[in-house]
Order: sequence, then structure tokens, then C-alpha cells
Amino acid sequence: MTTAKNLDINVHHVTRVEGHGNIVVNVKNGKLEKCELNIVEAPRFFEAFLRGRNWKESHLITSRICGICSPGHQLASLKATEDAMNIKVSEQTVLLRKVMVGGSFLQSHILHVYFLVSPDLIGAPSVIPLISSHPDVVKRALRLKKLSNDICDVVGGRAVHPISMVPGGFTKIPSAEDLKALRKRLADAVSDVLATVDLVASLAGKLPAFTRDTEYISLGGVDGEFPLYDGKICSSDCGLTSDKNYRKMTNERVVPHSTAKHTAVSRSSFAVGALARCNNNFDKLNATGKGAAKALGYKPKNCNPYFNNVCQVIEVGHVVQDMIELIDKLLANGLKDEPVPQIKPRAGTGVGACEVPRGILYHEYTYDENGTVVDANCVIPTGQNCANIDDDMKKFVPEMLGAGKSKDEITFALEMLVRAYDPCISCSVHLLDVQFV
Amino acid sequence: MKPKVAFFDFTSCEGCQLQKLNCEDELVDILSAVEVVNFREATSVRRDDYDIAFVEGSISTPSCVERIKKIRENAKVLVALGACATTGGLNMLKNFQPLDKVREYVYGDKAGYFDTLPVRPVDQVVKVDYKVHGCPMDKQDYMNVLKALLTGQEPRLLKYPVCVECKMKENACRYDFGEICLGPITRAGCGARCPSVNHICFGCRGLLDDPKMDAANDVLAAHGLTAQDVLRKYRLFYGYSEVSQ
Repeated sequence: MTTAKNLDINVHHVTRVEGHGNIVVNVKNGKLEKCELNIVEAPRFFEAFLRGRNWKESHLITSRICGICSPGHQLASLKATEDAMNIKVSEQTVLLRKVMVGGSFLQSHILHVYFLVSPDLIGAPSVIPLISSHPDVVKRALRLKKLSNDICDVVGGRAVHPISMVPGGFTKIPSAEDLKALRKRLADAVSDVLATVDLVASLAGKLPAFTRDTEYISLGGVDGEFPLYDGKICSSDCGLTSDKNYRKMTNERVVPHSTAKHTAVSRSSFAVGALARCNNNFDKLNATGKGAAKALGYKPKNCNPYFNNVCQVIEVGHVVQDMIELIDKLLANGLKDEPVPQIKPRAGTGVGACEVPRGILYHEYTYDENGTVVDANCVIPTGQNCANIDDDMKKFVPEMLGAGKSKDEITFALEMLVRAYDPCISCSVHLLDVQFV
Repeated sequence: MKPKVAFFDFTSCEGCQLQKLNCEDELVDILSAVEVVNFREATSVRRDDYDIAFVEGSISTPSCVERIKKIRENAKVLVALGACATTGGLNMLKNFQPLDKVREYVYGDKAGYFDTLPVRPVDQVVKVDYKVHGCPMDKQDYMNVLKALLTGQEPRLLKYPVCVECKMKENACRYDFGEICLGPITRAGCGARCPSVNHICFGCRGLLDDPKMDAANDVLAAHGLTAQDVLRKYRLFYGYSEVSQ
């Protein structure tokens, strides 16, 4: 029997999240003694073993930080390498990369909302029982997921660890026929997107009514565009700054309970991800995104972390319309068979920042004159959210205890909270904290 | 009775977990043919009475070693999925630097917080019955092994190199562009995916059982490539063979 005085929660390996994390809560005599998300994922040491590798491999290696976010890791990596070597890419390359961003957001958000979150709201342990109880829902999720994978297959050569994106461009340009076929499927998918919005709108009432104001950080400062591929760093507390200042905007530190490093800027923690992006850049969403926001009852600024899931659905609407428009532009410009430019490596340091489904991602590399990696640093969205999750739990647990919630109810709400951030734990333990000398 | 299956992940990017979920056309049929009793990434159900354990990732910490041994005890059949599990994958790159230095570089003076061991593929720790190679594993390759196991057949690994598949696709040879490609010595099964989008093969599927290394090295030399270039490239996915020698 739980009383407000004593509570002991230890969820070993939270399920339906990507990677290994434990929730530990300990209340003694009414005092919160411990409340934290322990990241117990095996450390991987990417930054260390990037050293000595060739510049053409950086994006292929860092892609393996995370399968789900692999297109985003490649893009941040390519941008960092291109920055270091002063490589300019064509408009067509940027447009194709933006389609990859859209495809990977669609893939990740659909997977998270349908497979990992909706079972909580429908009251099932996983998506598997929903195959018989809600077959239309599962089929719709699989249709959208397949579309997102096919987009990344066509544009990037493969959805998980794409192949054809390289420094300077693409090794293979998709055909106009393939892009036209994708455009048709995207247009047809709008009805599935609207059905997704309706489904989540019908379940949104089950999200816990918890709020905590925090600092929200995302890309920002791009005219007329909801920034996902490029932009400045935008903080709800500090405004805009160059991506070169990313270390100031993360301040990573090692804590004993997590192989993912923690971060803080102007407060004890900050949030990145769909909620931060929508809070910071709501006006830049397109009509489909804004329509979804209206139907889902989201208005900026929203400080309920569970609404990160709602914002993921808003972004699903946004990227589907966005990809249609990007493909239209590519086709109107006429697809050109642009060979990858011959690049002579040079010494230098470069930073690449882009949004990935779970938040803003930074890669930084220093190369020597042969293009060999001398130093590397990657700051991962889930690492940035860890301190914020701890702070949410520290506010929410006493509130739930005060409201007389049971241990089971509190455990469930905390698991849902961790899941709401869509933590990518294998991503977050690839650490850095490199001393650049 | 439906076979009970479980999915486990160790040190990896979880991309092979994703590849399983990416079999959208077959997923509903697969899930109706088996009972999933353990799959942390996808379900809250967790039981240890499985017939087939699918294992992704490398073994790289003391707790990984304990977990994989328990899984081996429980499972009738153990299948290693993806390069991290079958060959150690990219994780093996860590082994070429002193472990202390690696930890210190990433975690600074707090390096002592976190245990790590040299990376090993799963079969260096427990017996592995079948392997699905690749980084990520190929969906079709995985489906073939799964179907074979569910129908009581012996899954088979291809014994010819990626070059065979590449030639059948009529791709231009990457060596003709002055690039180093590992297609001549790498186990086929991916449909020559990378050369098919004008990219070299990195050898993510591992060495053939009987690779013609001398012939491959002659080809490299004929194209004016140094041993250093070649070694570095091999090590990306072939670190395990270098270490085991």
C-alpha cells in the first residue's frame, strides 16, 4: 500500500522506447529523495573511434549511432564536413535532402505515435493486440510507414542507413517517374494523415494534465520556413544564435546515473523535440500542420510535455504537405544528373545542426589536411532532454502523491512521460565532451 | 501451438529492430504466425519462455555478458541479427584504441562511472545457431531466415560474393571509377544495394567463408591503392577477423 509518505518505484528497462532506461523514484517520509531517469544503455564511444577515419566515411559511421535517426545523423554529419571543407551544394541537393528529412520525420513519428504511444491510450500492452481489435488503425499506420520508407529508399538508396547521400551531393539522383509516383502516394496519404489527427484528437483527453514551463530549443530564424534542415539555434529564453555556438547552447556534463550526458543553458534543463519546435516556430507551419494543430487543441506556447506526441502528429501533417511541394519544385526545376563534385580535402573544423524527430542535433568535426578526423563531437537530442525529464518527474511526482494517486498510477504516468519524449537512448550514449585543443 | 519468439538488443543502433518493423507488407502475417513474448522496444509483455531468440547488437559490457548467457539458456534457437551481432560491426573500431583512452576521450574525468569491455560479436560469447548479416540487415534476408525457421527448414547463407549480384544488375564496376570496393570478398545477399546507387560496398555483410583475398588484393594493387587505404577500409566492418587472427 502506497502512502504519500513512502514510495519506491524502480522500472527496469522502460518498454516501448528506443534503448535502455530505468526510472527510479524514492520517497521517504514524504520527502522526495530520488527521482531520475537512469540511462543504462551500453556506451558506444563513436567520437573516440571516428578519430583517424577518412572524411568520406564520417556520415556513414555516425549514421550507425541510431537506425531510426540515421538520415538525420547523416545530414548533420554531411553539413559539418561540408562546413569544414567549404563545400557548397546545389539547390537540387538541398531539395532532395529536405525530402529525406520529411520522409524520416514521417517514419519516426508514425512509428512512435502508433506503435509506442497509442497502446497506452487505448489500454493495450503493445500494438500487437490492436491488429485484431483495431485492424484499420494498424493498417493505416503500416501504409504511412511504408510510404515514408519508400520515400527514403527512392531518394537515399535505403531508409535505414541511407547510401546515396555523400559530401557534396548524391551518388544517384532519383528519376522523375519515381518522384511522380511518390507525389501521388503522398497526395493520397492526406486522408490517412487526417484520420491520424482524428484518432489522436479522440485520445488526447487521456494525456495527463501536467505542465511545467521550461526553455524550448530548436532551429529557428528561417524566413517563411518551418526549419528542419537548416537555420539558427532558437531558444525560447535567449532568442537566436549561430549554430557555431552550440556548445554554449548545450553545456554537456557527465552525471553518474546516465551514460547519456545531461545539458543546461539558462535554467537547470531545457527541452528539444516536436513540442519545442511547434512552440518556437508555430507561425511557420503550413496549412496542413496548422489544421492538425487546431483539430488537436494545440496552441503555442504549450508547457505539457505529454503534448510532444500531439506535436508529432502536427508535424506529420506538415511534412506530408511539405514533401509534395518539394517534389513539385524538383520536377518544375527539371531533375539534373549532377555528378558528385571532386573534392580536395583540407584542414578545418565544421559544425552541422539539423532537426531530427527527437530534437535538434549537432555534429562537429575537425579534420587535418588529409581529411582525417582529428576530433569529433555529437550532441544528441535525447541527451539534451534527459535533465528536463528528471525535472518534470521531480515536479510531477509530488503533485501526484498530493492528489492521492497509487504507486501503479504514478508508475504508469512516469513511463508515459518518458515515452512522450520519444527518447532515443541508443542515440544519446554516443557522447562527446571533447576538449578541442 | 505458435512458436514463441523474443527479440533482444545489445550494443547497437537498433536499426535492425527497425528493419523488422519495416517489413510492413508481411508484419501482420508474421505476428499472427508467432507469439511475441519479449520485445522491449515494442511491447510491455516480458516473458522468458521463448523458443527462438533474435539478438541484435554487440557484447560490450559486463552486464551484456550476463544477459546474453541467460538468453542462451532460455532459447532453443538463437539467431544473431545484423553486423553488430554477427561480426561486431562498426563497434569493433573501438577495439583498435586503448579502452582507457576511449573512455576518457568521451567521458573525461568521469570515465570511471561506466564499465566497458572490448567489443565482441555474439558468437564469441555464446553459441549462435544462425546469422542474418548486414548493416542494417536486409529485410528479405531476415524474412528468408524467419520463414525457414517457422517452416522447419534449415536457413542457408549465400556462398558467393556481392560482385555476383552486382554483375547481375549490370552495374558499372566501382574499380573503374578508381574506388576501393569490397564486393569481391563480401558475402552476397543484399542485392548489391550500395553499388546499385553508385556507391562502393563497405563489406557490412562480412567476409565470405572462402574469400579469394589474393585476387582481391591484386585488383587493388592494379588500381594503385596503398595497403594503408585498404586496411583502413577493411577495418570498418572486418575488424573482428583482424582481431581473431
